[in-house]
Parts: sequence; C-alpha cells; structure tokens
Amino acid sequence: MIYCKLFLTFLKIGLFNFGGGYAMISFLQNEVVYKQAWLSTAEFTDIVAISQVTPGPVGINLATYTGYAASGSVCGAVAATLAVCLPSFVLLVLAGKYVFATRTNYPAVWRALRLVVIGLIASAALTLCNAENFIDYKSVLLCVVAFWAVWKLKCGPIWILVMSGFLGILLY
Amino acid sequence: MRDLAKLFFIFAKIGLFTLGGGYAMLPLMERELVGNYLSHEDFLDITAVAQSAPGIMAINVAILTGYRLKGLTGAAFAACGAALPSFVIILCVALFFRKFAENPIVVRVFKGIRPAVVALIMVPVFTLAKSAGVTWKTVWICAVVALAVWLLKMSPVYVVILAVWVGILCDRKERTQ
Repeated sequence: MIYCKLFLTFLKIGLFNFGGGYAMISFLQNEVVYKQAWLSTAEFTDIVAISQVTPGPVGINLATYTGYAASGSVCGAVAATLAVCLPSFVLLVLAGKYVFATRTNYPAVWRALRLVVIGLIASAALTLCNAENFIDYKSVLLCVVAFWAVWKLKCGPIWILVMSGFLGILLY
Repeated sequence: MRDLAKLFFIFAKIGLFTLGGGYAMLPLMERELVGNYLSHEDFLDITAVAQSAPGIMAINVAILTGYRLKGLTGAAFAACGAALPSFVIILCVALFFRKFAENPIVVRVFKGIRPAVVALIMVPVFTLAKSAGVTWKTVWICAVVALAVWLLKMSPVYVVILAVWVGILCDRKERTQ
C-alpha cells in the first residue's frame, strides 16, 4: 500500500527533521529517491525547484508534491502532508513547555544538531551533483554562476530559478 | 466557531502570501498576530519553541498560536489554515507540470534550472556554517555527516538520533564535573 508507506515515511521525516526545508531535502533523497525509488534524481530536483518558487512553507510544498508525484494521486499528497505535520502537532500540544526547556537543559544537543544540519544540507547538494542534473559543461557553468549570484549578490531563489530557466531555453 | 474560522483565515493568509517559507514568514506572522491575538513576549516565546521542535517551523508557529488561543481545535484549525493554500497551489502546479513535462520548452527550462537548484542548496551550507560558528575543530562533524549520508547512504534519521545521544552524554558529563 503506497499510501501507508507514504504516511509512515513522512511521519518519520516530520519527527526527525530539525533543520527546516533545506535539511528536509536530504531526508527525502534518502527515503523517496534512494530507499523507495519512487522518483529519479532529476524528477526530485524539479520538485525542489518548484517548491522554492510557490508560496507557503517549503516543507509543505515538498511533502505535498513528493506525495503526489510518488503515488500519482491526490490521496498520496494528503497522506504525506498530514504525516509530516502530525509529530510536531502531537509533541507541541502535549509538551510545548518542555520542548523549549530541553534547549536550555541540553545545550550540547542543540550544538550537535546545528552541526549535523549543515552536514545534511551539504549531502543534499552533493547528492544532486550527478549526471542527470549536470549534463554538460554548460550546466556546471550555470551552477557556478548561480552560486556566485546567491552568495555574493544575495539574489533570491525565485529570481535565480527564473533566470536559470530562461538561460536553459537559450542554451539547450 | 467564528474565532476558529478567524484563526484558520489568518494563517491561510500568512501561508498564501509568503514565498520562501520559514524565516521569511516571521515578519508577516508578527504583523498579523502581535497586538491582536498575542503579546510580543508570547510571539517570541512561540517562535522559540517552534524552532526547537522538529517538523515545519511555520506549521509549528500555527499549532502553538492556535493552541494558546483556542486549545486543541484551535491548533488544528490554525495548522490546516497554514498548510492549505500551499497544498492547493502546489497540487495545481503538479497537475499542470505533469501535463507539460514533455513539452520541449519546459524540458529546456528545467535543464537550466537543475544546476541552479544545486547552487541554491549549497549556499546555506556556508551561511549556516558561518552563523553557527563552525570552526576547524568542529567542521569535521559536518564533513563526516555529509559523507556518510551522501556516499554511504546512511539515513539522516540515524544521524539525528546519534547527534541527540552524543549531545545528551556531553551535557551529562558537563553537569557531573
């Protein structure tokens, strides 16, 4: 049953992702692209791009779209979206006060999680560096220019994706 | 009932009008909530807790605000409100994209977009490393995590569990000393 599997997968992600939208990408790669092989790397990369440029929380966009693409139906999208929100819902309603207390009582846990999240985001980027996304030297160049534009010129993701899409039409 | 509907629509508005999610949503949330529904201290409190919990931060803020104002049903209404607009929009995009994915222009657009997505994900690695104060002494932890997940396909779930466990051990040790 793909809906049950989707629900359980996203429940796990909702429970263990402490790093926001970007870190969630590495969870999704591991579960959805690698373990279950519901999507190819290129398909998944397109989902990440679209999730960045549509309004609302990126995590919801990622869960909804991945759920839909993996199952091919709206039920899959519903299952994934509900499941990714459920763990924090239960946790915050039952123990909201204690959640924050752990931050002051266990500072090393939060220091460790911050480092881990950086590693997870790095692995998300590295996993996307494959032959599906980098088809020739032009894509490498595009990546370098986009990196420079975000890093140095502080361009927003929407601007970057619109421009690179436009360059895609010109170059390919 | 009217209050619940209001909660739903406030968060639907927040969900609908913010691009980029997470921290980009905080200013709009503050404008909508502080003064009318929450004190400034309450809002700071709620965002701090929302960031300490797993899951999606914007949804966590909605859950906590809804819960504080109207209990369990309030939390459910607020969370649904925050999630619903992006759920509907992204589903429409997905349906649309499915139809046009084979279109030659769309294929070319995405050939250009894919390498740029990689760049978009690389930048926060460096900005976060800066803001988290990563030094040469701690950078190996990030590197080991990245390699284990990237090359060995280790599940990020285990990485997070390991980090929490090691963190708790360190804190215990500090306390006994």
